[in-house]
Formats: sequence, structure tokens, C-alpha cells
Amino acid sequence: MRWRSPEPAFREVSKFQSLADYDSALDGQYQLLPFKFTPLDAERYVLTNMVGEYAIVGRDVAHALARHTLLPTHPDYARLKSRHFLKDADSHVAVDLLALKTRTRYSRLANFTGLHIFVVSLRCEHSCPYCQVSRQSDDRVAFDMSLDTASKALDLVFRSPSPALKIEFQGGEPLLNFPLIKKTVEAAEERNKVAQRDLQFVITTNLALLSDEVLEFCKAHQIQISTSLDGPADLHNKNRPRPGRDSYERTIEGITRVREALGANAISALMTTTRASLDRVREIVDEYLRQGFQHIFFRSLSPYGFAIKTKTYTAYDTSEWLAFYFEGLDYIIELNRQGQPFTETYAATILTKMLTPFDTGYVDLTSPAGIGIGGVVYNYDGDVHVSDESRMLAEMGDKTFCMGNVHHHSYEDLFLSDALLAPLEESFLASAPMCSDCAFEPYCGADPVYHYATTGDFVGRKPTSGFCEKNMAIFKGLIQRMEGDVFTRSLFRRWAAR
Amino acid sequence: MLTLASRNVRATGFPGDRRSVVARLRQGNSEPVELGSGELLLATSETAVLPGQPVLILERDQAAVAPRTIGPAVIAPDAFEYLQDGDVVSIGLVRPGLRTLYRRSSPHNSFLLTERCNHYCLMCSQPPKDINDDWLVDEILEAIPLIAKETGEIGFTGGEPTLLGDRLLRLVSDMKAHLPNTALHILSNGRRFNDAGFAGAYAAIQHPDVMLGIPIYSSVSQVHDYVVQSDGAFDETVRGILNLKAYGQRVEIRVVIHRQNYRDLPMLANFIARNLTFVDHVALMGLEMTGFAKANIETLWIDPANYREELREAASLLDDHGLRTSIYNHQLCTVDRAVWPLAVRSISDWKNEYEPECEGCAVRDRCGGFFATGRLRRSNHIRAIETETH
Repeated sequence: MRWRSPEPAFREVSKFQSLADYDSALDGQYQLLPFKFTPLDAERYVLTNMVGEYAIVGRDVAHALARHTLLPTHPDYARLKSRHFLKDADSHVAVDLLALKTRTRYSRLANFTGLHIFVVSLRCEHSCPYCQVSRQSDDRVAFDMSLDTASKALDLVFRSPSPALKIEFQGGEPLLNFPLIKKTVEAAEERNKVAQRDLQFVITTNLALLSDEVLEFCKAHQIQISTSLDGPADLHNKNRPRPGRDSYERTIEGITRVREALGANAISALMTTTRASLDRVREIVDEYLRQGFQHIFFRSLSPYGFAIKTKTYTAYDTSEWLAFYFEGLDYIIELNRQGQPFTETYAATILTKMLTPFDTGYVDLTSPAGIGIGGVVYNYDGDVHVSDESRMLAEMGDKTFCMGNVHHHSYEDLFLSDALLAPLEESFLASAPMCSDCAFEPYCGADPVYHYATTGDFVGRKPTSGFCEKNMAIFKGLIQRMEGDVFTRSLFRRWAAR
Repeated sequence: MLTLASRNVRATGFPGDRRSVVARLRQGNSEPVELGSGELLLATSETAVLPGQPVLILERDQAAVAPRTIGPAVIAPDAFEYLQDGDVVSIGLVRPGLRTLYRRSSPHNSFLLTERCNHYCLMCSQPPKDINDDWLVDEILEAIPLIAKETGEIGFTGGEPTLLGDRLLRLVSDMKAHLPNTALHILSNGRRFNDAGFAGAYAAIQHPDVMLGIPIYSSVSQVHDYVVQSDGAFDETVRGILNLKAYGQRVEIRVVIHRQNYRDLPMLANFIARNLTFVDHVALMGLEMTGFAKANIETLWIDPANYREELREAASLLDDHGLRTSIYNHQLCTVDRAVWPLAVRSISDWKNEYEPECEGCAVRDRCGGFFATGRLRRSNHIRAIETETH
């Protein structure tokens, strides 16, 4: 209980000084803090500062800001100062805050590689036309990872300084080599008794071969499941053929069994967009909702020259994919508006970069690139690749991004190899032509594997890059949707902070 | 409102060498009660009083009780009839007086640590005085061991508590030692924590449940400095918060909304989400029409209904970003329904009142209500809400 003193005699009101008395920047002098700009539409510019904060301003304001003629009395002056686009003599804390935010954005780099993908078998009973690597074969010796290879890969996993280690088992269909998964998980847990990392496991599987034995093991070792769901039954089965044409049915049954055995959140699903998906985005979203998922990740096919190998699945161009993407995004926004919570993960990943001081570290959208230092792939034959795409490239005969082999190279050999360092250094966006000047650079990624695969060069030519076209459109599309609608703005903030 | 302090008091029989005595009250009854050290018997006409026991008597019981006591006695105005067993009071001896320091039954106990301040806020509810009031801390140090161990929360206010330096640290240490289960809430302008050494010394106490409430009134340095009437305040306060969080200390940002800063609220919310996203709570607060706010009424007053949009945007932005956010001191009829879930009944029990228009309001029991001190101005949009939902 506060004791209140007898009411003091008020000092004269004139004892209070005016706003101008506290403003050390009335002379209109200000310094620009590092920022970039890009036109949003005919009248407006997007400005972004070095940590990804953005401001939309009129053309006249952008010009005045750059010419140091923006008046302190202009309403945008306070906004641009508050968001660290300019600093004036009144306050000096902006530079410290920018430094803090920059450290926060890049803090994950110090952790180094967190994701370690083990390709435990190339074999698969599916024959998806968009997959470049699987084999229909019974030859275990030729296409399965050996225990010796897995053990050497595990040595490398624990060399990473990352406090969090995620081991993801991939294929092919990894459950075709389940005995190796078991041994690897048990060996990793044994090592972790000493190493004391935050150790997680994921199995990426089509679920067709799911057994009670697998579920029991996953439960005992808290293993997460990631699967593929491309949409409604006919679309899914068309995209993902297997003997019996029952991929969808097996996937749905598997999802149910995983949830019952491991809990509702133990499973996540990924979809791949094919030509057949393009006009069915709402049905795809509805299918995800029907199956109880709370988010979807609209993924485009990697449009590499070799990616599409059958005539049934002719490629689509970036503009067609963007139409698909935005139709889906707008549908999801409407669902949320009607009270149905649902998230588009790619948008959420970008929004985290736009609206928060943090970065999710999603490997395709980081600079320096996420290859090797965000995630690394140990192939069935012991080859170590900088990313999943780079091992696909290797399957096509180009080993540019192969860092070496677990049987022949040390951790230092692999992670100091030119196969990793050269693309990392050359593709860094802050020094890449056009990217270094782009307002969206803080949100974008380097993706040297994509650009090498499409142009033969780690940097590529941005004006003709499908990666650039796709992401620029999404960055602008997200900003326009946020700026235009209060509900969307609030929804996007929640996605960003999730 | 309760009478918490009075000079209209007689104190007899206390040691003459002290400025004041701090005591915990014990409820007397028809059987004699043994008093512990530092205790004072709350006596009425039916109370058994042992010889020499110090007593507190209301004026109305004076004739019945006084003749039966031979020890120290305080005779207090009847307005103190709310005093109960476990309450802690201070009895002025040099200048007679009685002040209630702590009420066991109230969830809103707080101590004024000093009236000195290095700010001179336009809307200060406790206008600072440049005086030596070290005796306030002396009394609180005496009071802390007398406070009930089950007390949920104690507040420290000022003035600016950090001007006390080491003595503030001593108070926090004593709170930890004597009241380890009591949450401590300290209102400070945060500038002293700009000194990382002081922030470190504060953190080193390791109080198990302490929160610092620190105001930021605008993300524009000039405006904040103007509101607090002190140049350079914004930078020091922000750096103070960064130091405190670097030491893992809990910090709440408090924003009083008025005519000088309401337009910038969404911008301030964005600044907090971007730069101070690690703070533990943000309180968006209505203006209390007391102290300097009365003198600066034309500079400060804005009808809360007229910043409905800014408050909704700021509060929902912070909430969307996952920051714990509360709206204090607002009447629900002036607040956008979208952010009603963030509105809190925050006005202390002894300050809260309602208006005739509130009769029949469906959400009155959730509403912040009015400051009893707020009669000077109130919103022109006060009305009874008909339904709790849309």
C-alpha cells in the first residue's frame, strides 16, 4: 500500500520544457544507416535496413531521405528513425541496437551444421517421376548404406560444434534398411551420453512399409516422422505410383497409425507441386486440413534440366507456379479469417525474416548459403554432399558439390574442401552482383547449387534466375498482402513469431 | 478511499530517542495475547491488555481502553478502523503521525522508497521532491521482517528507486532473505542499469521472483526525453534494459498513453518487438489524472476512445509477436473488442470506482473501471456494454 505524501504544491507549469528543448536534431542533419530500396509499385518503394526491417514510403520520401532533405517534422522521419534507417544527433543507441540485431540474425552460424541427413538406402518401391535418385532394385549391397559407413558418418556428426543435432534418415525409402536405422540411432544415443547434445531423429518415409516394429522403436527413441502427401487421392496416386496404385491409402493409414502410436504432433507432411497440382491448390489444402495438419509447405519442383524425366510430367514455369502459390496462400488467409487456423510454411519462414530479429535458418533462404554449414548429406556410398540437391546432381554425373567420402576424408578435409568453401564464398549475397543492391537481400538465399545446376555458375544471372523471379514475387506479394489488410497483417505476424 | 496516513495522532510512552517506530499489529481479544518483538496490540473496549503492552486504539474506543493501559499507546482517528492483525504501521514520534505501510489483506502493497527522481515526467502521479528522505528506507528495512511470509507481491515505487544505489540492493536482498516466496515488483526508469556494473550487482542478488517495470513512452528519442523531461533518457533506458536482459533479469516495459505519444503507439510496439523482443511483459496504460497530469491536463488529455485504433494495433502487434501484453487502466467501452482479452483489471482496489453509465454493463466485472482520482476528465464514450460477445 503506497503511502501518499500530502499533495505537493505544483511547480509552475512553465517549469516543464517543450519538445523542442529535448530535440537535438532540429537542424535537420541526419546520417543514413545502411539500407537498400526497390520499387514496390508505381508510387511506392520498399526500403530495408541491414537487419531486414522494412518500411514502405512514397517515391518522394525515398528521394528526400537519400538526399538528406527529409524534414524532422515529416511523419515518415520518426518512423524511419524508429526503424533504424537514419540516426540523428538526438540518440546514439541505434547503432548498438543494429549491432545486437545483426548478431542475433547470424547467431546460428556459430553453431555450424545442425542437420545431418543419412541416405540409408537408394531403393524404393515407389516410382515417382519427379524423383531423380531412387532405384527399383533388390540389390542391398549396391544401394544400401553399410554399418561401417553409418558409423564413420556418425563420427562426423559429433564433430559438429552444434549444440542441437538432428539426424534425418532418408532414401529412397529408408524403412527398406530399417536395421541400419536402429543401429545408428542406438549408437548415436550411446555417444550422446558423453556428448550431451540436444539430439533428435527424423525418418522421412512414404509410410507404405510402416510396421509395428518401426512404430515401437520410434516411440522408444522419440523419433519424428516426415512423410509425403501431395493432395487428394487421385492426385497423390498419380504423382506417386507404386505397385497396387495405393500410395495415398497407405499414407493416410500410416499417418493415423503414427498419430495413435507416437502422438498427434509426431508426424509432418511435405507436398511436391507437379503440373497436375497447378489448378488444384484448394483441394490440396483441404486434404491437409482433412488429415489434421496445421500447416502446409508449398514446394515447387526443382526445375533442374534433369528433374523431369517423363512426358507425363512436363515442367511448369515460374509464373505458373506463382499463380498456384498465391491462389493457395490467399485461400489459406481466407480460411484463417473464417476461424480455421492454418499456416503456409514457406511464407512463415520469410515473414520471420521480415518481421522479427530472428532467422529460421531454412537452408534455401540463407546467406551465406545453408549448404554444408546448415545441413549435410551422407550418401549410401559414403560420399558427403553439401545438400540433398547436390547428391541428386551427383546422381546425374556431376560431383561438383561432393565434399569427399567418409572412408577417405577427415572432418577437416570435408568441411574445408573447395567443394564447400568455393560456392559458399562466391554466392554470398552481400557481394553477389545485383543481390548486393536488392532490397530483398535480407530475406533471400544464396542457393549456389540451384544456380550452378541452371547456369553452370555458383552465382548465376539474376535477371534470368527462376529462383530470383519466384522469391522476388513472393517477397512483394507478402508485403502487399500485409500492407493492404489489417487481418492479414496480424495473421502474418503470428506466423512470423510461431 | 482509505486513510493511509494521518498527523492527527497521539503517541505516548514510546522511547523518546527515535524518529519513528515500525510495528506489526496483533488483534487483541478478551483473553490476553503475548506480543512478539516489534508488535503492537490492536485494542478495543473488549480487549484484555497486559501491563506494559503497547497498544493502538481508535479514538472511539479511547475512553474505554486508555485507562486500562500503562504502556506505550497510539490513539488513531477512527478512519483507521480497517487495520487488522498482521498489518504493519509506522508511528511518528518526533512529529506525531501514523502511516499504514502494509495491509495483510490487500494484494496491492507497495513501498515508496524515495521521493527523489532524475525524471520530471509530464504526467507523474507522485511528483518528485528534492529532499533527503533516507528515513523512508530505514523504515522499510524495519518493516520487511514484519511482513507476512505468505504475502503474494510487494511493490517498490518512487521517485526513482535506483537513486538509492546500494541501499536499493540492500532492500532487494532483505526481501529475498525475509520474503523468499513474495514476488517483488520495482518501478524504475532503468537509467541506472546503463551502468553494467550496477546491473550486474542487482542480478547478483538472485532474487527468485523480481520484475523491473521500466517505462518507454516513445520509440522516438526526442519524444521520450520530452515526456520524462530529461535529455538523454531514452538511450540510457534502452541500454539499461539491454544490460538487465544480458544478465537474465526480468523486465516489464510500461507505456502510459497520452496526447504526446498515442499516435506513435504502433511504432513503439514495433520497436519493442524488433529490438526488445526478450522483455517479459509490456503494459499499455491509461493516464491517471493525478499529480503533474492535472497541471499538464491540456498537454496530456486525450479521450481513450480517440486512440482506440492505435491501441488495438499496438496491443495486437505485441501479442502476435508472442510478447506477454496487458492493457491497464482502461474502460472496456473505450477499447476495441479485438484486444479485450488483453485488458486487465489493474486499478488498485482503493482507487477504483465506476460511473452511473456503467449500470447494467455486461462486462463491468472484467472492466478496468476508473481511478477515483480521475474525476477531472473521463472519456465521452462511456456506456454500458450490452453483450459480452459480438
